[in-house]
Amino acid sequence: MTKRILAVDDSKTMRDMVSFTLKKAGFDVAEAEDGKAALNVLTGGKFDLIITDLNMPNMDGISLIKNVRAGSQHRAVPILILTTESDGAKKADGKAAGATGWLVKPFNPEQLIATVNRVCP
Amino acid sequence: MPVSSEQESYPVAQFRKTYFEECAELLDALQSNLELLSSGQEDDETLHAIFRSVHSIKGGAGAFGCTDLVAFSHTFESLLDALRDHKIAASQEIKQLLLRASDALADIVNAARLEHQLPPNFAADTSAAMLDALQGAGQAFEVPAGSAAVETKSLSEQRYRIRFRPHTEMLKKANEPLLLIRQLRKLGVLSTEVDSSSLPALAALDPEAAYLNWTFTLDTAVPRGAVQDVFEFVEDDCDLDIELVEVAAGPVEAAPSDAGGAVATAVAAVSVAQSIRVDVDKVDRLVNLVGELVISQAMLTEQGLSLPADKYPQLIQGIEALAQSARELQESVMAIRAQPVKSVFARMPRIVRELAATLGKEVRIVTSGEMTEIDKTVIEQLNDPLTHMIRNALDHGIEPPAERAAAGKPRQGTIHLSAAQRSGRIVIEVSDDGRGINREKILAKARARGLVPAGANLSDDEVDDLIFLPAFSTADVISNISGRGVGMDVVKRNVQALGGRISVRSRFGQGSSFSLSLPLTLAVVDGMVVSVGGETFIIPLVAIVENLRPQVSEIHPVVGRGHVLALRGEYLPLVYLHRVFSISDAIGDPCRGIVIIVQSENAGRVGIVVDELLGQQQVVVKSLEANYEPVDGISGATILGNGRVALILDVARLHEIDIRGTAGRLPASEDSRTEPAKDMIHAA
Repeated sequence: MTKRILAVDDSKTMRDMVSFTLKKAGFDVAEAEDGKAALNVLTGGKFDLIITDLNMPNMDGISLIKNVRAGSQHRAVPILILTTESDGAKKADGKAAGATGWLVKPFNPEQLIATVNRVCP
Repeated sequence: MPVSSEQESYPVAQFRKTYFEECAELLDALQSNLELLSSGQEDDETLHAIFRSVHSIKGGAGAFGCTDLVAFSHTFESLLDALRDHKIAASQEIKQLLLRASDALADIVNAARLEHQLPPNFAADTSAAMLDALQGAGQAFEVPAGSAAVETKSLSEQRYRIRFRPHTEMLKKANEPLLLIRQLRKLGVLSTEVDSSSLPALAALDPEAAYLNWTFTLDTAVPRGAVQDVFEFVEDDCDLDIELVEVAAGPVEAAPSDAGGAVATAVAAVSVAQSIRVDVDKVDRLVNLVGELVISQAMLTEQGLSLPADKYPQLIQGIEALAQSARELQESVMAIRAQPVKSVFARMPRIVRELAATLGKEVRIVTSGEMTEIDKTVIEQLNDPLTHMIRNALDHGIEPPAERAAAGKPRQGTIHLSAAQRSGRIVIEVSDDGRGINREKILAKARARGLVPAGANLSDDEVDDLIFLPAFSTADVISNISGRGVGMDVVKRNVQALGGRISVRSRFGQGSSFSLSLPLTLAVVDGMVVSVGGETFIIPLVAIVENLRPQVSEIHPVVGRGHVLALRGEYLPLVYLHRVFSISDAIGDPCRGIVIIVQSENAGRVGIVVDELLGQQQVVVKSLEANYEPVDGISGATILGNGRVALILDVARLHEIDIRGTAGRLPASEDSRTEPAKDMIHAA
């Protein structure tokens, strides 16, 4: 069955790139531009993976992860955070909130797919 | 994302375009928030929002290999990060530095977009100042690593023993042991031993808890780091022991625990409306199509009116419903193109800052009404005139600090930029508290250049208007700053091309105020359809105050200015349309025809004399410039329901044309200025 992935980022560029790469790799991808929008999308369907940016307006990535882990139907779904190299502390924050893994920006399409396959059963 | 060229089908160019579009928005947001910060709004939301803009710009820059941009935005971001964590105080110097950095960032983004090479050491002083600020605050600054060198060095086969005990925490974060085992197996030959001794009886089993632990033996040629990388995501949530069996192994390096840094709670209060990005061409096509639809609908309506209503009740009902929907559709489509003027306003503070520094003046800019919405096509054309007006105010209006102090004014000058919607138009004002227009000087120059006859007596307003004359470039008025070969006449022309008008009010010694009045949209007009003789005209409804048929006793002649209408104690000049456009078979008598009172920005209220009102209609504006040539007194044309062309009147100009016509020659004589209009009517 096609795996469904939710890509959450306030940057349209990032969403486009993530979405394009994953769709090409055969995944079904939905997008949301912040944590709130993501929670909305999540209530409307079942996803196999969430990829989220951390710095976003309205609801940031950390709050999104906490929300999802706090008992939604997606609490056991892997969550990848998008982070930049200098953000060591952010990785730790993301992990502490319940992220499954991370992807360091900038990444290339192969890295993205490899990381997705790494956490997505 | 340094995309390898093998990925041919990966539309990098398209992503790149999106990225730079996004950058423009991010830079605008950055600018606005920095302005807020400068004005003392130092709350966390503002700081977070500022950080986010730079962070997002940096994020994408790496993806497109814009190294200069990554380097600069990284420094910028680090400073902002320290600022939002309150490790650095938002002092006046820091705020100035941020503004400078934001300006430099905009330039670097622009260079990256155009793939221009920046001069060496571009903004090096700004970067250095930011690093100083960071170091001053004891902030460690990490240089962004290039793409990490991957260890590809192949080793001879070795054997590792890996002991792995997941914590329950690991499962809660959706890390699946099975996936880790699969990954290990990709590295070499793997044998697995599972210890299920702590597995409880089924009844006591918590399905979300971890009970198993594993010992793996891996024969592989990859270095230890690669083995450890498999457990990268879980190393804090498990007991892990990787041991090189053949060599006496030391203890596993402790995982670098990085607990520093507060948890980011960047939940900005600023709510962002949901939006989608659509190509402007698509919207324009939609607007055009809807325009055509409205014309067809008007034709249908007209045909429907001639049908007997009792015979075709449903057809007529349908036509009415269609008219209603077409109108709503049109309004909705026009609303898509409406944008707040903020995007243009946001660019002005930088211009003021830079120019003030060059001129050695102290100036602040205050903006208001930036959320006023206006059609996108108008907004795009607004930047140049507005920039010119701002430069003009700074260069000619605002005095040097010493001169201001001597005149008893604050050393810092103020430029006020405002937008407001007024009776179906948008009015943008640029006012300054500078020296105002020196009328004597202007008049002397104009006389010297023969622009004004020696004996002519001009009112203050008329003198002020001289600055809009072409070729009015004197050394005193045009400097290398606001001059640049572009005078106020060009600004005026640009504004008029948009269906707008510009006017100036000034008080010597106290300042000037330029006012731009623009239509909200260029595409549709609610109009009153009127007839004069055999011709049909449209008067924009927004301009109309009332219609009436006056008594003979209410019309009074005024020497050299035609007639005025006495209306409730006021005297309004009358404009005879048949005279303006030389139409011979018109009624021409206001007491037998209709007077439409209109409000115009420059001439106040004016009565337009027409024969008859034909009705009210929404019309799609077709440009005369594009299809014919500009005609004074006419702002455009439209196609009516009966398929005929009707001209849309530019009410503000009519009075002036009429005065000139009556002041200079007899009403009966043909006014050559209006010839084209007449031809146009007959051609239609």
